Amino acid sequence: MEYAVLRSPRTLLSVGSAALLVIGLSACGGTTKDSASNDTAAGGQASAAADPNAAIKEGLKIAFLPKQLNNPYSDVETGGGKVAVDELKGEYKLVGPNDASASSQVSYINTLIQQQQDVIVVAANDPNAVCPSLNQARAAKIKVITFDSDASKDCRDAFINQATTQGIGESLAKMALEQAGADGGEIAVLSATPNATNQNSWIDVMKKELAKPDYAKLKLVKVAYGNDDDQKSFQEAQGLLQSYPNLKVIVAPTTVGIAAAARYISSSSYKGKVAVTGLGLPNQMREYVKDGTVAKFALWNPADIGYLAAFAGAAMASGQITGAPGEKFKAGKLGEYTIGADGEIVLGPPTEFTKANIDQFNF
Amino acid sequence: MTVTSDRSAPADAPLGAPAPKRLGNLLKTRELGIVLALALLVAYTAIDNPRFLSGQSIRDNLLNTAILAVMATGQAVVVITRNIDLSVGSVLGISAFAVATLMSDHPGLPMAVAILVGLAVGAVAGLINGVLVRYGKVPALVVTLGTLYIYRGITYSWAGGSQVNADELPRHFLTFANDSLLGIPWLVLIAVIVVGAGSVLMRNYRVGRELYAMGSSPAAAELAGIKVARNLLGAFVLSGALAGLAGVLYAARFGTVDAAAGTGYELNVVAAVVVGGVAVFGGSGSVWGAALGALLLTVIGSALAVLDINQFWQQAIVGALIILAICADRLVAVRIARSLRKRDAHV
Repeated sequence: MEYAVLRSPRTLLSVGSAALLVIGLSACGGTTKDSASNDTAAGGQASAAADPNAAIKEGLKIAFLPKQLNNPYSDVETGGGKVAVDELKGEYKLVGPNDASASSQVSYINTLIQQQQDVIVVAANDPNAVCPSLNQARAAKIKVITFDSDASKDCRDAFINQATTQGIGESLAKMALEQAGADGGEIAVLSATPNATNQNSWIDVMKKELAKPDYAKLKLVKVAYGNDDDQKSFQEAQGLLQSYPNLKVIVAPTTVGIAAAARYISSSSYKGKVAVTGLGLPNQMREYVKDGTVAKFALWNPADIGYLAAFAGAAMASGQITGAPGEKFKAGKLGEYTIGADGEIVLGPPTEFTKANIDQFNF
Repeated sequence: MTVTSDRSAPADAPLGAPAPKRLGNLLKTRELGIVLALALLVAYTAIDNPRFLSGQSIRDNLLNTAILAVMATGQAVVVITRNIDLSVGSVLGISAFAVATLMSDHPGLPMAVAILVGLAVGAVAGLINGVLVRYGKVPALVVTLGTLYIYRGITYSWAGGSQVNADELPRHFLTFANDSLLGIPWLVLIAVIVVGAGSVLMRNYRVGRELYAMGSSPAAAELAGIKVARNLLGAFVLSGALAGLAGVLYAARFGTVDAAAGTGYELNVVAAVVVGGVAVFGGSGSVWGAALGALLLTVIGSALAVLDINQFWQQAIVGALIILAICADRLVAVRIARSLRKRDAHV
C-alpha cells in the first residue's frame, strides 16, 4: 500500500490545488458512445436503467475518505479502492482524519468540494454530522458513495453494504451453533462499544435467529462490551468465563474483540474448552487458527468494498446509474451488481476462514 | 503545600522510626485505605461469584496489573518531584512497535535484547522530556503533553496503517507473557521487581529522599545543594524507560501491535498513581502505593465485568473513585496537620 497519505487539510489543499492547475477539470473527458455490451476494456460499464449507453469516463477524480487513516482495516478497504481507480484510469486520492470522531471528517469533505472531485467515497463516522457537507457536495454535482458505515439516506447517492445485516447475523448464529457442537450450550457475545451501530444490529439479528427452533440448544447468556480496546476486551472475556463456567462459545463480531478473546483463551486454562468465533482479520487471527483456539471465523473481503465503491462511483459519475433501485452496473472482477432499496449495494456473503484456507488471504 | 511536605518524611520513614504509634497508624492510612478498598471489592465480588478467586482469575488480574504497575512506578517517581509525565502512553506505543518490528524481522533475538531495546527507546524519550522540562523551563504538563503527540505522531508516520500480528512474532517472545518461574508469570515477576526496587530506592536511598525534597519545595531543595537537574533528568529517564519496558510487555502480552497501541494509557497511569495516594503536588506518597492503585483499578475493571454492571457505569465508577481518593487524601492531610500542630512536632 504505497499511496501517499495526506494528513492535514492544509497539505491536502495545496497538493489538491496544484493538481487542479496541472490537470484542470477532467469531468468532461471520455465521451465515447460505445454500446454497453461490447465495451469491456475499461472493466466496467452500464448495463441497464439510467443511461446504459454511457461509457465510464476516464480521468474521474475519485476521493476516498475513510473513518480514520492508519487504521489497518480502512487501509485494506481504500487499497482495494485504489486498484479499482487504476483500472478505471481515474485519479485516486486518499484523505482522512487521524481520529474517528463524529465531526472530524467535515473539513475534509469541504476541501474535497473545493477541489471539485467527481466522486467522494466516504465511511461516515456519524450518520448525521457529515450530512450538511455531503449535501453541499452533491449540490456541486459530486457523487457521494458511502461504504463501511452509512450516512443518512438523504445525503448520499448509494451505500456499499459489506454484507446485509441479516446475512451477518445469520452467519454469526450459524458459526456459534457449529462451534457449540451437537449438544449446544451457553454462548456469549463480546462486542465493540455498547452503542456501536453495526455490532448492535448484527446482534439483534443473531438474537432473532437464536429464537428459531434450529437454535433451541443454544442459550445466549450475555452480551459483553470490550470497547474495541485490547485490555478491556481481555478483561471482559475473563469476566465472561468466570461468570459462566459452562460457556461453550464466545462470538465476537469485532476484529479487536475476537483477537483479544482468542489470545486470552489460547493462553489460559480454558483452551480447548471454549471456542471463539465471529468476525476477524485473517492476519490477526492466523496464529490462533493455527494453534487450534479458533476453528472458524468470517469476514467480507475489505479490499472488495473499496473496489466496489470505486466502480459504483465511476458508474454514477458517468451517468450509467443514478442510485435508483433495480439499476445494474458492472464492477470489474466482482461482476454485475444491482442497486437495492434505499440505494444500497450489497457486496455479498461474508467469506469464512478456517485452517484450510486462511493462508490464501493477506489482510 | 507545607502540609504535604510535613507528612511526607515520616510517612515513608523506615518502620522502626520513633514516631508516636497513633500518628504512625494515621500516616499509613493512605495505603491502608487502598488495601481495605481492595479487600472489600474482592470479598464482595467473590461472594457474588466464587470463581473470582480461582487461580486463573487471580493470575489474570495480576497479569493485567503488571503493565500498569510498571508504568505507575515511573509515574509515581515523577509525580513525587512535583512533575507529571503524560507521554507514557505514547512511549509505550513507540517502544511496543519498535520491539515488535525488531522481533518480527529478527526472530532469533533473545527476549533480553527486546527488553533492553524497549528500555533504551523509552529512556531516550524520557531524557528528551527531562531536558525540555529542566532546561526549557517549561512545565512538565505542557512538555509531556507535547511529546505525547510527538511520540505518537512518530509512531503513526513510521507504522502507517501496518500492524505486527501474533503470527509474525517469534514463539519465545509471545510465550514470555504467559511463561512463569516457580508458578509466577514473568510479567508479574518483572512488575514486582520494578515496584520493589522503586520503593526501596525512594524510601531508603539518598537520591530517593532528595526527590521527595524536590517535590516538597523545589526552591529549598535547590538551595540545600541537591543536584536538582541531575535528579529531575533521572526521574524522567526512569519514567520513560519503564514506559518503554511496559511497551515490550504489551507487545508480548497482546501479540497485536499497531500505531495506536497504548493510546490513552497515560490517564490510567495517572489515575493509578493518584488513587494510590501520591499527591499531585509532589513530595508525598509511595511507589508501592501507586502499584496498589494500579492493582485496585485493574481489579475494579475485572470485578465490574464479573458483577455484570452496565458498561456505561464503569468509567463513571472509576472517576468517582479517583475523586474519593483525593478527598480521602485531603482528609488525612488535614488530620495529620492538626495532629502535628498539637504535638508541636517537626519533620
